[in-house]
Amino acid sequence: MFRLARFLSAYKKQVVLGPIFKLTEAVLELIVPVVTASILDNGVRRGDLDYVWRMGGVLLLLGAVGLCCALVCQKCAAIASQGVGTALRNEMFHKIHSFSHAEVDRFGTPSLITRMTNDVNQLQYAVAMLIRLVVRAPFLAVGAVVAVFLIDWQVGLIFLFSTPLIGLVLYWVMSRSVPFFRVMQKKLDRISLVSREGLSGVRVIRAFSKQEEEQARFDEAAEDQTATAIQVGKLSALLNPLTYLIVNSAIIAIVWFGGFRVETGALTQGEVVACVNYMTQTLLALIVVANLVVTFTKAAASAGRVNEVLETVPSVQEAEGAAKKTIPPVPGAPRIEFRGVSFSYDGSEKYALKDLNAVIRSGETVGIIGGTGSGKSTLVGLIPRFYDATRGEVLVDGVPVQDYSFEQLRGKIGMVPQEAVLFSGTIESNLRWRKPDATREELEKALETAQAKDVVAKKANGLQSGVNQGGKNFSGGQRQRLTIARALVGGPEILILDDSASALDFATDAALRRALRTEMRDRTVLMVSQRASTIRHADQIIVLDDGEVAGIGTHEELLENCEVYREICLSQLSREEVRK
Amino acid sequence: MRRSVLKRLLHYTRPYAGFLLGSFLCAVVQISLSLYGPVLVGQAIDCALGQGSVDHAAMIPTLALLAGTIAVSAAFQWLMAYCNNKVTYSTARDLRVMTYRKLNRMPLKYIDGHAHGDLISRIVNDVDQVADGLLQGITQLFTGVVTIVGTLLFMLYISPVIALVVVLVTPLSLFVASFIAKMSHRMFVEQQAAQGELSGFVEEMVSGQKIVKTFHYENRAEEQFRAINARLYRCGEKAQFYSSLSNPSTRFVNGIVSTAVVVIGSLCAITGVPAPLTVGNISSFLQYANQYTKPFNEITAVITQIQTAFASAQRLFQVLDEQEEQPDAPDAQVLRDCRGDVSVQGLYFSYQPDTRLIEDWNLEAKSGQRIAIVGPTGCGKTTVINLLMRFYDADRGRIAVDGADIRGVTRSSLRSQYGMVLQDTWLFNGTVRENIAYGRPGATEEQVLAAAKAAHAHSFIMRLPDGYDTMIAEDGGNLSQGQRQLLCIARVMLVDPPMLILDEATSSIDTRTEIRIQRAFAKMMEGRTSFIVAHRLSTIKGADRILVMDQGHIIEQGRHEELLAKGGFYANLYNSQFAAEEQAETGA
Repeated sequence: MFRLARFLSAYKKQVVLGPIFKLTEAVLELIVPVVTASILDNGVRRGDLDYVWRMGGVLLLLGAVGLCCALVCQKCAAIASQGVGTALRNEMFHKIHSFSHAEVDRFGTPSLITRMTNDVNQLQYAVAMLIRLVVRAPFLAVGAVVAVFLIDWQVGLIFLFSTPLIGLVLYWVMSRSVPFFRVMQKKLDRISLVSREGLSGVRVIRAFSKQEEEQARFDEAAEDQTATAIQVGKLSALLNPLTYLIVNSAIIAIVWFGGFRVETGALTQGEVVACVNYMTQTLLALIVVANLVVTFTKAAASAGRVNEVLETVPSVQEAEGAAKKTIPPVPGAPRIEFRGVSFSYDGSEKYALKDLNAVIRSGETVGIIGGTGSGKSTLVGLIPRFYDATRGEVLVDGVPVQDYSFEQLRGKIGMVPQEAVLFSGTIESNLRWRKPDATREELEKALETAQAKDVVAKKANGLQSGVNQGGKNFSGGQRQRLTIARALVGGPEILILDDSASALDFATDAALRRALRTEMRDRTVLMVSQRASTIRHADQIIVLDDGEVAGIGTHEELLENCEVYREICLSQLSREEVRK
Repeated sequence: MRRSVLKRLLHYTRPYAGFLLGSFLCAVVQISLSLYGPVLVGQAIDCALGQGSVDHAAMIPTLALLAGTIAVSAAFQWLMAYCNNKVTYSTARDLRVMTYRKLNRMPLKYIDGHAHGDLISRIVNDVDQVADGLLQGITQLFTGVVTIVGTLLFMLYISPVIALVVVLVTPLSLFVASFIAKMSHRMFVEQQAAQGELSGFVEEMVSGQKIVKTFHYENRAEEQFRAINARLYRCGEKAQFYSSLSNPSTRFVNGIVSTAVVVIGSLCAITGVPAPLTVGNISSFLQYANQYTKPFNEITAVITQIQTAFASAQRLFQVLDEQEEQPDAPDAQVLRDCRGDVSVQGLYFSYQPDTRLIEDWNLEAKSGQRIAIVGPTGCGKTTVINLLMRFYDADRGRIAVDGADIRGVTRSSLRSQYGMVLQDTWLFNGTVRENIAYGRPGATEEQVLAAAKAAHAHSFIMRLPDGYDTMIAEDGGNLSQGQRQLLCIARVMLVDPPMLILDEATSSIDTRTEIRIQRAFAKMMEGRTSFIVAHRLSTIKGADRILVMDQGHIIEQGRHEELLAKGGFYANLYNSQFAAEEQAETGA
């Protein structure tokens, strides 16, 4: 948590001033019982009406000044805590963008999002509490004890005993019930799980007439959660009665022993009333302290999760100074070259891609085929540096990819990812991702090549039609065509299609390939697919099997001498189609 | 409306009426006793007037009574919390079980038509909301009212004049609180909107990070993010500040109340007008005034809590009030060991009355025949499955199995005659063995193994860490798509039904598993009437009958050759594939 303290330094003024004002308010609050006591002792006892009025005015003044102090403090807290939260979010967003896929995969998208929202909110709350209560609450609790000692040290002894006792009870009950809440959350998750399974599997469940069994499974989960809830309830229900018992016993003691002190004249009646009031105040303050402990425990956990993100060193980094220069291509070098490239996700011996050697020239279309998990996406991900090769070298235009700035390297590439994702905005704003200043003609051209003209034409607002998050208001096929168009805008030198025609029907798929062939004549196209029919006409086909290269060559060559390729073709195409 | 919601909830707490009553009784006892305390403290203090005039003997019975009061009050406090918990959590459980049972009885139309996340959230979150808000909110409201009434009575008993002052000043805190709440509410709404926008943006950019990177969009994204974040700061800071005002403000009002009590109390004590007061009286009064204002400070929060709970309760009742699936007719027959002759006669069906889908569909499938269902993605192939399995009822016409109208047989016996393997496989969070034996819980180990072997699943199962005892993860994530389908096939193999509904995989399965699934399918179809959602040419060509579907309609029906000769949609679909291939070839 302390490593995040630097974010507070921009708000030094607030962090210092806030608690000071809060403290002032607390001091005033502590004075109130003393003034009350003096009204009772000096005013009532002596029958001094004037004194009562005067002191009553003092009480009101104390309250008003206290209110003003509190307002200043709350303002400081709001500025500092929201400011820290905003700064944290900005920094995290920046950091996450420097992550390579390895890091994003390791955290997982949902986890990164909760860290940026819930965890930051938790920290924000903790900062506010830090300014508002961390000084005030313990001060009130300790202050009450001190104040009583100043009045009469013997009565003070009662406080010295009871205050820690209340703290102990609070700590005991809370520390015992907090872990239970985590258990409870788990049991609630179980209920969601069983209901989710019941809903998504409703056809299977009804096909097997298993409704009663599912109900029993659900009942069990619900009962289990209830039992825990009641158990925790019993424990946390102890909190109020126990503290009530202690405080009131202490009050009895104050009155009883206070009586002896009054007898000797060491204490006045009003002062006994004051002591009783301090006791009640102590309890309230201690409850706040206990809540603070819980808040900061949670905040510490959140801080850990935030720090984990901020302190992660991205595995793929831009070379020093690369951002400033543009590297010219090496004349005569192939467009892309893989030299003995191996890659493993966790640096272990388990390679997702092993010992790949391949040369791809400009103007070539290359097909990459293999089963799921055979390393196809890994292979193409190495070109725009989503990952860096564990061993070997990837070269683009004769230059190792690591030497380029991200902007130059990725500027050469148009990529169509496996999941066809669009971003909220308009069709046009999505198409302008690769080239913000693309002309209208360039957009139209890309749409035409991607067979996406009719997608736009069908919408009432054309290019200005809205796109929902993820592009949910388009069908899978439409989305896929738009993502292809997006990659084509501005004419990339290398086009990578990562299994991105799977939602297209055969006719559109073929038309797309035809259009690409003319459009990308002098450029390079990499086409990842599970469909043999999509890649069979490529100039070169790379066949992957469990990370290893099973063969490189044309369709005919591979049919001759690559067992894996033959197997794939035979499983997907009829015998005559394979020969065709 | 509100009253009916409340009444209905009270009805659900009926099994725990004893606890509910107990809770209210405990509240009354506990509060009255804890209110009596300050009176006793005041009396005890009045026994210590000053130096030399302290009457300890008189103090003893008062303090003893006080001790007794405290002990009993504490005990009842605990008992009250216990009763509350019991009622709250038991009712919550009942509501959950009831809602889930209701879902099990609902027609599929309802479940298909509602987002599952939303239904789950009703079962999990809304029930929690109701439990927390309504039950605890109401008890809090009840104790609040008892406290107010009780303190008022005690204050009136001590001094009607000061009581009047307290009663007049206290509502001020209510006004202040509701004024602040109104101000901050507007800010909170704005803040929530900004927060939502921010989360949405982050989600989009982080989950689309691959794309952000390839298009070098990072800087533009960051700019947009900072703008949203700055807006969030502006309204967040205001919202936090305004809402944090309520605490000091109510404290200030309470301070005014105490001051009024002390000053007026002292004046009364000095002048004896309208009635003489002791210092002890004033001390007790101070504590009452304190207790009296507390419920007022909390009331705004409690009311918002109850309001959300009402909304949640209504969302629950919406589910509970839905029309259930019509139960099987009392004279429905039980279908057993059928041959598998399926006949469809003049059938009409649509999901919505205004868009007609299936019109006058006729089909005769004899035992052992294969019916292929073909069409582009999203053409409505599941509709046929829905009708055959009677997940949905036809609008007109009938489906008969072995000559018996399926509306005249029990749903469970009809469904048990089909084996179904869908492309989006469903496995549950249990062991591999449990999942295979799902349709036949009493199956022996040999039978399970035999089914797995027949489904070509045995070899991969043996390679799993715990073999047949491997737990399947929540979303089946530890198995590949193909492996999951093999398990579903094994599940059907074990039941050995006379009719099948199969869904051929498209492209997401790796080649080796794909071959295994094909073999398993072929083996399973031997001698069984099969309906196959087909993507593979060989399956389609070998079918006894092909249903061609497009946009929810069955547009053609017949054998491969017949349909080709007809030159319609199917011929087009078939030709376009080959024509495209040929063109692509000449273009190369």
